[in-house]
Amino acid sequence: MTEIASKPGQTEVWITGIGLATSLGEGLDANWAALQDKRINVDEKGFAPCVVHPLMPVTFDSQIPKKGDQRQMEAWQRIGTYAAGLALDSAGIKGNKDILSKIDMVVAAGGGERDLNVDSGVLTAEVKGANAPGFLNERLMSDLRPTLFLAQLSNLLAGNIAIVHGLGGTSRTFMGEEVAGADAARIALARIASGESDIALIGGSHNGERKDLMVLYEFGDFNLKDKFAPVWARKDHAGFALGSAGAFLVLESRAHAEARGAKPFAKLSSVVADLARRKQPGDMAATLEKLWEKLPRREGKGAIISGATGAEPATSEERDFLKGHADFPVRSTGTMFGHTMETQFPLGIALAALSISRGALFPPNDSTGTEIEMQGAPTQIVVVGAGHWRGEGMALVEAVS
Amino acid sequence: MTAPRDKLGRPVVVVTGMGIMTSLGTGKADNWSKLVAGESGIRTITRFPVDGLKTTMAGTVDFVSVDPFSSTALSERMAELVTQEALEQAGIGAKADFPGPLFLAVAPVEVEWPQRRELGRAVGAQDITYDDLLRISGGGKYTAYHHRFMFGSVAAHLAETFGTKGSPISLSTACASGATSIQLGVEAIRRGETDAALCVATDGTVNPEALVRFSLLSALSTQNDPPQAASRPFSKNRDGFVMAEGAGALVLESYEAAIARGAKILGVIAGCGELTDSFHRTRSSPDGKPIIGCMNKTLADAGMTPDQIDHINAHGTATPENDKMEFNTTSAVFGDLAQKIPVTSNKSMVGHTISAAGAVEAIFSLLTLEHQRIPPTINYDNPDPTILFDVVGNKARDARVTAVMSNSFGFGGQNASLILTREPA
Repeated sequence: MTEIASKPGQTEVWITGIGLATSLGEGLDANWAALQDKRINVDEKGFAPCVVHPLMPVTFDSQIPKKGDQRQMEAWQRIGTYAAGLALDSAGIKGNKDILSKIDMVVAAGGGERDLNVDSGVLTAEVKGANAPGFLNERLMSDLRPTLFLAQLSNLLAGNIAIVHGLGGTSRTFMGEEVAGADAARIALARIASGESDIALIGGSHNGERKDLMVLYEFGDFNLKDKFAPVWARKDHAGFALGSAGAFLVLESRAHAEARGAKPFAKLSSVVADLARRKQPGDMAATLEKLWEKLPRREGKGAIISGATGAEPATSEERDFLKGHADFPVRSTGTMFGHTMETQFPLGIALAALSISRGALFPPNDSTGTEIEMQGAPTQIVVVGAGHWRGEGMALVEAVS
Repeated sequence: MTAPRDKLGRPVVVVTGMGIMTSLGTGKADNWSKLVAGESGIRTITRFPVDGLKTTMAGTVDFVSVDPFSSTALSERMAELVTQEALEQAGIGAKADFPGPLFLAVAPVEVEWPQRRELGRAVGAQDITYDDLLRISGGGKYTAYHHRFMFGSVAAHLAETFGTKGSPISLSTACASGATSIQLGVEAIRRGETDAALCVATDGTVNPEALVRFSLLSALSTQNDPPQAASRPFSKNRDGFVMAEGAGALVLESYEAAIARGAKILGVIAGCGELTDSFHRTRSSPDGKPIIGCMNKTLADAGMTPDQIDHINAHGTATPENDKMEFNTTSAVFGDLAQKIPVTSNKSMVGHTISAAGAVEAIFSLLTLEHQRIPPTINYDNPDPTILFDVVGNKARDARVTAVMSNSFGFGGQNASLILTREPA
């Protein structure tokens, strides 16, 4: 093979904007304060027996001024559109038409927020005897809101962000649960590093307060039931507690950021991902180890922010992997924010960048010894994202030198 | 011999394998012969009752069976079959060992009605709520449904079956998804990350709720009888698109790698472009600027000028708005040439394969280059007088074709275009 024209990794990529709307609050200060206080917003009653981390209420009007736009979205899209606006604000490019007209967007999304009443109504009528051939068709034609489809389509999170915030570059939506968030970061980073793109908005959003999702995950017995515990302390009571959150990041080439005088939170040095077969015990841990080896190694104080879900056997396998890197203090986003699925990885990158920019890792919140205190400022944080069923991702976030 | 790099110094990306399935049939040979013969794959739906629906026809793929049936299972099976066809043609790698990443365009995944109804029956005759469904969903009885209805499940299955490398990407850019999957593959090769990429797009979502959803948005044709005449791109009496199923797979390689292993080159992905429209969730900006910009970006990416394009494989959905917008925007980019370049819409025969359309139509464009014959736009009996395209109406046309532009536009402001050529420029 001849020398390649573009040299990935040559261009430094900075994180210049972070937008967070989570169960702990909105914005960087509120989330940081809650992390410092080890405050967790968890609801064991509202969706019992499932445990959820509900969104701390926000005033959507401040980022989505038109009520008409809000009505066109379901909660997961409103949360994401809101958090995306916060990220653009944070990067100082909100309303900057020159930049927004070319910004590249890579969104990690699920979708499909159901109208529970329509579903329940159809099922009830059917079990009580409605059996005409066209019964389902007629009920759906009369009961579904015409615009509900648009609130369900995965790529309409990106579509709504573009409409509400006036983004006019490119737009790609990745699906595939947790690892979609890692792949969104990976592709955006590769495109900026190779010069295909100057600036990108990446991230995702998730509404964890959804019974239709709980049914889906219950098929695999993945829901955490009855009582909250930190993810590392769930071995005998496994499962994830769904969380609501939107997490968006503005990624930018160093040159582009410097030209407009933007300050970085941190740099995104590397994002890698893979698909372990997970047929045998240890497969997933081995894949995580391979990904770890792919990350560039540097001297300095390191930490790990894990997106471990609390579901088994993935969480135990990840803990086995972490034990091999005990010199890196670990923090779990799953404990603090719940499991936000496609959003967990962007959330991890956001917290890594925030920790680096604030000169400290947030405190541990764990009784099992997996998370330990860290003294001093981290200069490199590895974000680990292993899906509850499939997909492994890893990112290296570093201090800008 | 031509250079392995394009005008911008990037590796030239070629196609060395293709596989296709539509309502017309399985494989390139069958699809192509029916396509140039002007056959329609649109038929009255028999998969489920159509009572109470305004639209009762679609381009279903009924000759592939999956059990238990779900749209996601059908999408997966079609993707698997077209990938096999593409890999056999490319002769790349070893069995279950494809030497590159997978980019999969797939419809958003969700629990479907047959499974939801199964849960309902398991609850029993009472007022059913989601709490009741939740109560009976665990315990291992429905574990297979968890795996089936993960968004990443189809890509995971393909990656394991064909041994693609790294994390497979499942993507949706609505009706532009197929084009986006190709674009992601092209970019990965141009960046030098890989010598080969597998780009697959699949859509098997003709089910009651999907049909109702598009129907409620007034997007579908209701000219049910005869179904073959429903899809009428560029006609005055067009009234919407026809939902359809299908899949396409392309093996992309760097020109250099393909030549080095003696692979037959089927065509070149000379340019890709995309541009977001932030005007509205389902409608294009009235000034057409995003689509115009998308086409211009694609020309620039290919290092080509409008006069070098000698055929346009249109998005051509047959919705009143799309076809008009497509002519206006094409005119803005191509000037008078917009009325001289032969244009066709494959959707007149295979319907709108939604997530798969961009890949399906890229493959038809490459077959057009190979055969030097443009498939017709059928049902073109009553041309829209305001759409002055040179539509290849009703009968296939022999033509010298060296470069094709293929367009895809989707809900959510998704616009993507590709330029495909026979030889490296």
